[in-house]
Amino acid sequence: MAQAVALFWHFLLLGCIAVGGVSTVMPDMHRYVVDELQLVSSREFADLYALAQAAPGPNALWVTILGLHAAGGLGAIATTVGVLIPATTFSYVASLLQAKHADSPLALAFRRGLAPVALGFMLASCWLLLRAVGHDWRSYAVAFAAVGVATKTDVNPLWLLAIGAVLGIAGLV
Amino acid sequence: MSAGKEGRDRGTPDKFGDERVTQGPRRGCPYTGKRCAGVEYHRPMSVSGSAGPRSPREIFLTFARIGLSGFGGVLFWIRRVLIQEKRWITDEELLEGLAIGQILPGPNVYNLSFMLGHRWFGLRGAFAAIGGLLAAPIVILVILGLLYRAYSDVAVLQHALRGMAAVAAGLLLASAVGMAATLPRRLVPWLFMLLAFAGVGLMRWPLIYVMAMLAPFAMYFAWRRQ
Repeated sequence: MAQAVALFWHFLLLGCIAVGGVSTVMPDMHRYVVDELQLVSSREFADLYALAQAAPGPNALWVTILGLHAAGGLGAIATTVGVLIPATTFSYVASLLQAKHADSPLALAFRRGLAPVALGFMLASCWLLLRAVGHDWRSYAVAFAAVGVATKTDVNPLWLLAIGAVLGIAGLV
Repeated sequence: MSAGKEGRDRGTPDKFGDERVTQGPRRGCPYTGKRCAGVEYHRPMSVSGSAGPRSPREIFLTFARIGLSGFGGVLFWIRRVLIQEKRWITDEELLEGLAIGQILPGPNVYNLSFMLGHRWFGLRGAFAAIGGLLAAPIVILVILGLLYRAYSDVAVLQHALRGMAAVAAGLLLASAVGMAATLPRRLVPWLFMLLAFAGVGLMRWPLIYVMAMLAPFAMYFAWRRQ
């Protein structure tokens, strides 16, 4: 219980500064949960991250299994709710501002100016993801084959993910 | 993929004006003539001119599908379902929403989903969107977490995950390429895209600093063009 409370407050704080996504505060989560509280080992930390990356849903949900592993069900609730309270609050305020001032010049400049920046960050995520999965040329080949198929055909991408899983199990990736 | 161009075609409000056509599923899109699944132009939105969901329930179910499909990341599926399939938003709107979602603290797609839901149906829509997005994945993650606890060295699982991660990286790149096609063909937006990519991807600077450096200039140039 005490651990869950401690996790909640720390993740609430990190949730307030996690601009750009939860992965930006990952180093501090590592410091707190692994080094300070010593609830999770460094290897488990990395394993849980990889697990959550590939599981369905927003990647940020890996704080849920981190909390679960660190302090059980209460820990899972503490980390998840802690991170999401600030996100919800800020999104709500942004929604209200958007609804009120959607067509003001400032809002337009904000949205249009930042759209390319957002795309650049997205490309950076692709790049970092590719680097992370790229053990050798085969993983790059799989990734770029996925780009080609997803761009050129209407195949349901779930099939591609399934093929990826099979290739992984077969040891080909 | 041609979806980017289609998105732009239907992006202008005046094109919709008072069009209130309800299309059955699997019919040609009235504006591009292309076949598209389940398009319904029933409720043009005042701001963007795009059709939207009919109820919070529909939002919940749609985002639940997105969340459940989102192996290795959700953004690809947000684009595929909301833009290509349902046509609730355009590529431009998605990028703009994503930009705001990135500036706000917290998970980007969570912020984006909240704001989209709020735009359509207020707080009910917002909570329908994030509820749908999170509910099933949380259950699955808890099960996976418990499995991991029981057998912390699941080699098969880890190998499968590695293969899926490679595909997921490719899928995200495919979305990014599709969205890049909707950027205006001018130097300034592409320059800012490259700078943002270089700062976070190549230099590995924290996103918050890169954003703080680029945002004022990006906004200034967009402001000046108005």
